[in-house]
Amino acid sequence: MNKEKITVTVNGRKHEKEVEPRRLLSDFIREDLRLTGTHVGCEHGVCGTCTVLVNGKSQRSCLTFAVMADGAEIQTIEGLGTAEKMHPLQQGFWEKHGLQCGFCTPGMLMTAVELLKENPNPSVDEVREALSGNLCRCTGYQTIVESIQRGAEIMRGGK
Amino acid sequence: MKPAPFRYVRARSVDDAVAALARDSEAKVLAGGQSLIAMMNVRAAKPDCLVDINALSGLDYIKVKDGGLAIGALTRHETVKRSALVKEHCPLLAEAYEWIAHRAVRNRGTFGGNLCHADPASENPAVALVTEASFVLKSAKGERTVAAGDFFKGVYQTAARQDELLIEVRIPSRPKGQGWGFVEVSPRKGDFAMTATVVTLELAGSNVKAAKIALTGVSDRAIRLPSVEAALAGKPATEDLFRAAGEAARKAINPSSDFHADDAMRRDLASTLTRRALTAAKSRCA
Repeated sequence: MNKEKITVTVNGRKHEKEVEPRRLLSDFIREDLRLTGTHVGCEHGVCGTCTVLVNGKSQRSCLTFAVMADGAEIQTIEGLGTAEKMHPLQQGFWEKHGLQCGFCTPGMLMTAVELLKENPNPSVDEVREALSGNLCRCTGYQTIVESIQRGAEIMRGGK
Repeated sequence: MKPAPFRYVRARSVDDAVAALARDSEAKVLAGGQSLIAMMNVRAAKPDCLVDINALSGLDYIKVKDGGLAIGALTRHETVKRSALVKEHCPLLAEAYEWIAHRAVRNRGTFGGNLCHADPASENPAVALVTEASFVLKSAKGERTVAAGDFFKGVYQTAARQDELLIEVRIPSRPKGQGWGFVEVSPRKGDFAMTATVVTLELAGSNVKAAKIALTGVSDRAIRLPSVEAALAGKPATEDLFRAAGEAARKAINPSSDFHADDAMRRDLASTLTRRALTAAKSRCA
């Protein structure tokens, strides 16, 4: 099978790899780069858990071929924060119990990063609209919304 | 499941893309991929060759030309949604975008790709029908323009030939005084429509001068309802008339059932949404 050479920068680190054209960006991130924080749920663009930022914009990594990301700057959940130094949104999820099983969380967080960049103080309705493409099958949206609003508060300088 | 293997061609220009399509009769266009890749992931689509047009420049624009909007086929949904020109010249399209896809899909999916995919429950084809948009198709042999009414042929089927690339969509500007309505019911906002009704309405005094009505989600493609439109012309634009139009819409369609909604529910939706869309349009006739 023919392979294409691609260069992508993921969480600030540059990678040069050869990939089959049919390699999904989600599989490239998880299997070729071993960054397993990005989750794969439905794998046809419905659930949103595979959401990453490509050149700063949220995208479904399961609806992108890795070859299409050649030259792109990608941010995954691993680039957000660490257990010792959490991103304000991660702090918010921790404080407000935004995780239940945790499966949808990486997609929720990356989606929220994009939202807060554009709207540092979103209303409940605005958070819900932004999250409409992300499914949580624990049905825990209430605390996820609260977590994102808490994260926003921390980012605005609140304790 | 994973996508089946395919040959990959990265086009650098429109000429490059149409040459690749002409060279390989199995080649298909890969634009934003938000429908195509989903179908490939479940192997509902197994193209032998994909021509990726994402790297080419010059098809990502929204401008005013010849009394209407000209939208480059590779313009991303999110760009269309945020466009001040779209709000000014085609507020109906701007309103439809309140219902189109979720943010991550809009960031990537393209206006042209969405129309060429021709999903029978998609919003944009119905907007294209009502606004009488036209589609500029380019191949190695030349260019042609196809009216929206002739473009949609069935489930995922359009008038575009295999060797043609959609490069531009032209939408006439809203005539002064024309009202518009877009009403949808979908499982979640951003999902495909169970049913949506799209209308424009022009009044002469308190009577209907001209109405255009299109529905999506009730057939193998978005459809206009010419008989319902004709029955409105010349009559007083009252709530009773709009209710009658809704009832006529219910009878004019022949929807199929799926797990989102059965035939009877889609007929109910067509009736109610047609009435509501006409009412909304009337309030905007100014």
